[in-house]
Amino acid sequence: MTLAIDIPATSGKTERNGVLRFVIRLFREKPLGAAGGVIFILFLLCGIFADVLAPYGMNQISPRNRLMAPSWAYPFGTDNLGRDMLSRCLYGAQISVIIAFTAASLATIISIAIGILTGYLGGKIDLITQRFVDAWMSFPDLIILLVVVSVLGPGLPQIIGTLGLLLGIAGSRIIRSAVVSVRENMYVHAAQSIGASTGRILWRHILPNIMPPIIVLFTTRVGTVILAESGLSFLGLGVPPPTPTWGGMLSGSGRTFMFQGPWLALAPGLCLTIVVYSTNVFGDALRDLLDPRMRGSR
Amino acid sequence: MQAYLARRLLALVPALFFASLIVFVIVRLVPGNVIDMMLAQNDVGADKLSRDQLIATLGLDRPMWLQYFHWIGGILFHGDFGRSLWQNTPVRELLGARLPVTFQLGFMALIIALCIALPIGIYSAIRQDTAGDYLTRSFSILMLAVPSFWMGTMVMVFPSIWWGWSPQVNFVAFTDDPLQNLKQMILPAIILGTALSAITMRLTRTMMLEVLRQDYIRTAWAKGLSEPLVVIRHALRNALIPVVTLIGLQAPILIGGAVIVEQIFVIPGMGLLLLDAISQRDYPIITGVSLVIGLCVMLINLAVDLSYGLLDPKVRYR
Repeated sequence: MTLAIDIPATSGKTERNGVLRFVIRLFREKPLGAAGGVIFILFLLCGIFADVLAPYGMNQISPRNRLMAPSWAYPFGTDNLGRDMLSRCLYGAQISVIIAFTAASLATIISIAIGILTGYLGGKIDLITQRFVDAWMSFPDLIILLVVVSVLGPGLPQIIGTLGLLLGIAGSRIIRSAVVSVRENMYVHAAQSIGASTGRILWRHILPNIMPPIIVLFTTRVGTVILAESGLSFLGLGVPPPTPTWGGMLSGSGRTFMFQGPWLALAPGLCLTIVVYSTNVFGDALRDLLDPRMRGSR
Repeated sequence: MQAYLARRLLALVPALFFASLIVFVIVRLVPGNVIDMMLAQNDVGADKLSRDQLIATLGLDRPMWLQYFHWIGGILFHGDFGRSLWQNTPVRELLGARLPVTFQLGFMALIIALCIALPIGIYSAIRQDTAGDYLTRSFSILMLAVPSFWMGTMVMVFPSIWWGWSPQVNFVAFTDDPLQNLKQMILPAIILGTALSAITMRLTRTMMLEVLRQDYIRTAWAKGLSEPLVVIRHALRNALIPVVTLIGLQAPILIGGAVIVEQIFVIPGMGLLLLDAISQRDYPIITGVSLVIGLCVMLINLAVDLSYGLLDPKVRYR
């Protein structure tokens, strides 16, 4: 028992050192990826503190200042109702952060659950599940999203649930292949031979050893979710207006006013591109450092 | 080869079964109040008669498994996808009219993607770590991040402001006026194609780098062959297989992207059909379109597997 108390104390310390060392390595070996990580964290902070950072309310209408070009008072300009685009972009980041993290977490958990079970147990369950995943993956993400949202109606929980399920099933492949390669290791056989329960083996022996692909999967999912959500909002099936979303700001009534105020088309698109770009390079760098086997896959 | 083809076609059966089940179950999740919503939305009038009619048309009054067999049986034996709820036209006709348009868009996008990705990918590999290599690689990662609907929006907005030019939105069919049609489709195809080219470019580069380090390439150089001959005939053919596989894997992304591009440029393809059907909650069309798209993706992947034999003489189908 004393041993069990001692171990977490020391391992916690080395783990913290390990994280620090990893961050230093990231900056040294993958400067672009590290820059992506910094932008990614900035995006997170913008989302979390949108209420504090935004100079105006997200739906604060000011008819006198309709369609103002970018200026000091309105750095990103104003839209056709005189709403400040910078504030709306910041609140849009908030929605993106909420959806990205919940949906990517849900997706990763589903991937882990399916991937570990089918990869470790194998046999008929694996075969049938894999055929199902095949069929599932033959539908474009956007098509499934559109169909499900058309059935359930647009809204935050529906989008998070669908995206989570959608990407979760697709991502189970990556986890499964990681599990299959870990399954045959000596320590797993050792655990099996001393009669450890399946649950214990999965939790204590398999899961910790597939952490690198899980972390990479999660990071890449964040970018995918942001893009998918904005695509859905662009098509008018995302989080309903007047809640500002980056995709939604590029569609709907705003589109007709873009010809008078082209900055309406610039700001949300730039936000999207920069955030997705930085999650991509950050994810790539993490993958190269954590899991060299996954290099070149996406 | 024939035995292989037969086996692959047979393997499509369970995949299609699951696919049809997915489509069917998702759409049958329709909660009861959605029927009221459909009635309200489409001004059919919420009287008792049309409500029952609607339920009967959707076949929702029968048990689920019976509905499934009725639906799948209709498709398998009569090619009958049901009728559109609001236009009362057979879904098959709609699909027949829209499929070629999306197919053309996808095909053009694919050609454009390859025209961008292959030369740049090869260049990037044979000039590894030069400024050009870094430039093209950064460009490709950037292209992955630019959403196609944003690019489409900018193409609509900025040329119109600067030069008063805007893309034509009245669709002209290829059979009516091929030149006009190509002129109209080229811009959406470029937008779809550049998005697709990014990943292809990266993989082409990676594969070329790997192949260029092989012994037979060194032999080819040692024989004194010219650079184009070594690169194209000896290296590219061997690097191409994973690239072709990737194209198959990207088929769903291509079709998903087509939905958005069709919406922006008002191209009457499968994507626009689906979006219209979704806004009208026309479920027979939604199921029909989804199933056909799923089938297309599976067939594309089959075609990709079969093309290995043409590309790589080492591959034999058994």
